[in-house]
Amino acid sequence: MPDLLSVRNLKIEATSYPPGEAPRTVTLVEGVNFDVQKGKVLGLIGESGAGKSTIGLTALAYGRGGVRITGGEVKLNGEDLLRLSPSGIRKVRGAKVCYVAQSAAAAFNPAHRLGEQVIEASLKHGIMSRAEAEKRALYLFKVLGLPNPETFGQRYPHQVSGGQLQRAMTAMALCPNPELIVFDEPTTALDVTTQIDVLAAIKHAIEETNTAALYITHDLAVVAQITDDILVLRHGKMVEYGSVKDIIEAPKEEYTRALVNVRGTARDEAPDQTNTLLKVENITAGYSNGFKVLQNVSLHLPKGQTLAVVGESGSGKSTLARVITGLLPPQDGTISFDGTVLPKALKGRTNDQLRRIQMIYQMADTAMNPRQTVRDIIGRPLTFYYGLRGAKKTERVKELLEQIEMGGRFADRYPAELSGGQKQRVAIARALAAQPELILCDEPTSALDPLVAEGILKLLLKLQDETHVSYMFITHDIAIVRAIADSVAVMHRGKLVRFGPKSKVLAPPFDDYTDLLLKSVPEMEIGWLEKVLSTRRMESAGN
Amino acid sequence: MSGGGPAHGPELTATAAAGDSPQSAGAAGSVASSGTPFVEARPSIWAKFAKSSPLAALITQRLALSVALLFAVSLMIFGGVEALPGDFATTYLGQSATPQAVENIRKELGLDQSATTRYFQWLGGALQGDFGTSWASRNSVSEQIGKRLGNSLFLAFFAAIISVPLAVGLGMLAVQYRNRLPDKIINVVSLAAISLPEFFVGYLLILFFAVQMGVATFPATVYESMTFGQRLSAIALPTATLVLVVLAHMMRMTRAAILNVMSSAYVETAELKGLSSLRIIAKHAAPNAVAPVINVIALNLAYLVVGVVVVEVVFVYPGMGQYMVDAVTVRDMPVVQACGLIFAAFYIFLNMFADILAIIANPRLRHPR
Repeated sequence: MPDLLSVRNLKIEATSYPPGEAPRTVTLVEGVNFDVQKGKVLGLIGESGAGKSTIGLTALAYGRGGVRITGGEVKLNGEDLLRLSPSGIRKVRGAKVCYVAQSAAAAFNPAHRLGEQVIEASLKHGIMSRAEAEKRALYLFKVLGLPNPETFGQRYPHQVSGGQLQRAMTAMALCPNPELIVFDEPTTALDVTTQIDVLAAIKHAIEETNTAALYITHDLAVVAQITDDILVLRHGKMVEYGSVKDIIEAPKEEYTRALVNVRGTARDEAPDQTNTLLKVENITAGYSNGFKVLQNVSLHLPKGQTLAVVGESGSGKSTLARVITGLLPPQDGTISFDGTVLPKALKGRTNDQLRRIQMIYQMADTAMNPRQTVRDIIGRPLTFYYGLRGAKKTERVKELLEQIEMGGRFADRYPAELSGGQKQRVAIARALAAQPELILCDEPTSALDPLVAEGILKLLLKLQDETHVSYMFITHDIAIVRAIADSVAVMHRGKLVRFGPKSKVLAPPFDDYTDLLLKSVPEMEIGWLEKVLSTRRMESAGN
Repeated sequence: MSGGGPAHGPELTATAAAGDSPQSAGAAGSVASSGTPFVEARPSIWAKFAKSSPLAALITQRLALSVALLFAVSLMIFGGVEALPGDFATTYLGQSATPQAVENIRKELGLDQSATTRYFQWLGGALQGDFGTSWASRNSVSEQIGKRLGNSLFLAFFAAIISVPLAVGLGMLAVQYRNRLPDKIINVVSLAAISLPEFFVGYLLILFFAVQMGVATFPATVYESMTFGQRLSAIALPTATLVLVVLAHMMRMTRAAILNVMSSAYVETAELKGLSSLRIIAKHAAPNAVAPVINVIALNLAYLVVGVVVVEVVFVYPGMGQYMVDAVTVRDMPVVQACGLIFAAFYIFLNMFADILAIIANPRLRHPR
């Protein structure tokens, strides 16, 4: 069978502008070759910076920002896209090759109705008449399982949920009957229970329309469900290229093996869970519009241990952290820390009470002042809580940097000069500087690549062994719960669904929600998606 | 834009609650603060209204704010004029200002009454369109202002209908050719226009068009006897001056606002649909850049009405600005106060109008979930 898309010797460059230096040309991607046949799906997998999105966009002859495709060929049906004129490229984009972005919420224009946006490319390329396009959009809305497909197109992006938007984006890509679709991490931003539905919808739609696809993701377990072949990338170069079966079951390269085994760590829970540090009792909290984000939540956390709070977005887990810190005073209920009841609001708490509870955020980027050096960022709590200045402060900053495995040479860097993982480490050091007894970790690894995230988790565990700090670890990832938790709290729509030692919470018999949550986590196993979906069908048929 | 849609509202109110700011408490039900026991939220009528039609609620709020602001401004204008040093009677009488004569004039003008009484008399009159009698000319202020305001609005209107579409169009053009020659030319010319003082631009135009080429009318004074065509020809040069002055500001803002939107993900989506760049700018970028552009346009429109004193003086145009300046020099307080209040009203209501348009342009408010 002739190849639909054939990429040879691809070279992609960009110009970087390091502050105070002459502009430099950076090679992002080099020597990449792959083929996609009609109706087949190729998975591009790698960590951020591996160049997978950049490579995916070359199928549309598009370079994001200042990115330039400088060498090689990208042939679609034998025609090299890189040699086309701008108007020639426009005829390919949105007609023969379509793109599904990671964040459909950002990729839809907020000012126009969804239906208009879905059929726009088909109309503008003259592929079909308005009536035909609307009919096809309706068909796709049905195939993708969108609610009320007849009226769905009338809605604006802000009126539908994230999972629905992602499916609408897939409909938008499928509408002009393209030969190839580039999926750029289409489910990464979704909750696991939503992800599984979107994955199934995408898979179904691809099969139904016999479209070829490039599927970009950092999650091997996801890619295993949906693709025929996999190309593993690292630092813009090919690591391994083969069928799904070969890559998942018999990876040749060490890097691929690391990716396959990344979810291997697990730790046994602490046997003794009696020495309570934090006690949350009957907390009800909400914002001023009267909506209660948390309803009657009670849990506790022993000294030196980790409590994982699991739930989807909107379940109230971050709000719980805000209530514990005092940022959001609860409407009802009490929070006791080490035997004393804490004042509800931040203002009422003493400096020492503040010091003993610290926080780490999901986005280390936005949680640090970009104009301050690492020394200032870590040094601030040292001065604030301990009055350290001058040489003593410098010494302590260095110690903390050693503790997070970075070393004193990072002290004078700015956040922008650090990688994502390093930024999160600095954020951890800042929390540690206060010598807290409890650190609230709000999804600190969910914005990081799997291997980097694993490093952060190991660091957190190491620090716990050294300092006996307790963690309340907010996450949506069951694998992380298995890896680090002693006790687990499952939250759903502001209520505590399940709470107890890890071994009890993650063992049957399950309540409905926990069951759904656990079954939705993709497993590194070919055919997992079909299996889950067929069990679901059987269950619903049985009911 | 993390997490997309619904987070917007609650996030905003969350900061208000966390910062212990009481202002939203009354409007949005109960805010739990430390120590108060939680009571079941019983939404007020306003809260219900705000929830069912947020658009109408926001617009009502803006209207109420504008009226309140106008009252505050009236107080400030009156207070400010009160606090001015100097006295009309002394200035008016000049050499013959005997204590007795000054006293008589003060009595005649009602200056012997308390400031509070005079404020409420003035405000009451102003609300009915009566701004009292000019001290200097003994004519009705309302009548004189009526004519002057008409002239000012006439000039501002023509300057606006030329400059606004031109500015928005040029701004889009600059985005289309960003960092290329057309963009650079537009930028340099608009920067030059911004940098030159308006009287200088005015005199330059007079020099070229009225003096050397003789195609334009100068001075630009308009009379009641003039026909519409004559009036148009008279205001050609001042209109051109005003257009040049306000054009650059609006153009640059349009360009910046659209460029800001051009880097968003949905514009990339549009590009990856293979749409033409003009369609991307007009259909996908511009609607989302409306709010900041509207605000700048409103500011400039307000300027066209209230800030054109210099241009009016240069072209000897009988508008409001000149009238006010004349009144200030002779301390004709009723006129100064009336002009001040009218200017303030224009400023406030144009900005309110811009606010409301920006609110309407937001699909989240127009189509609540």
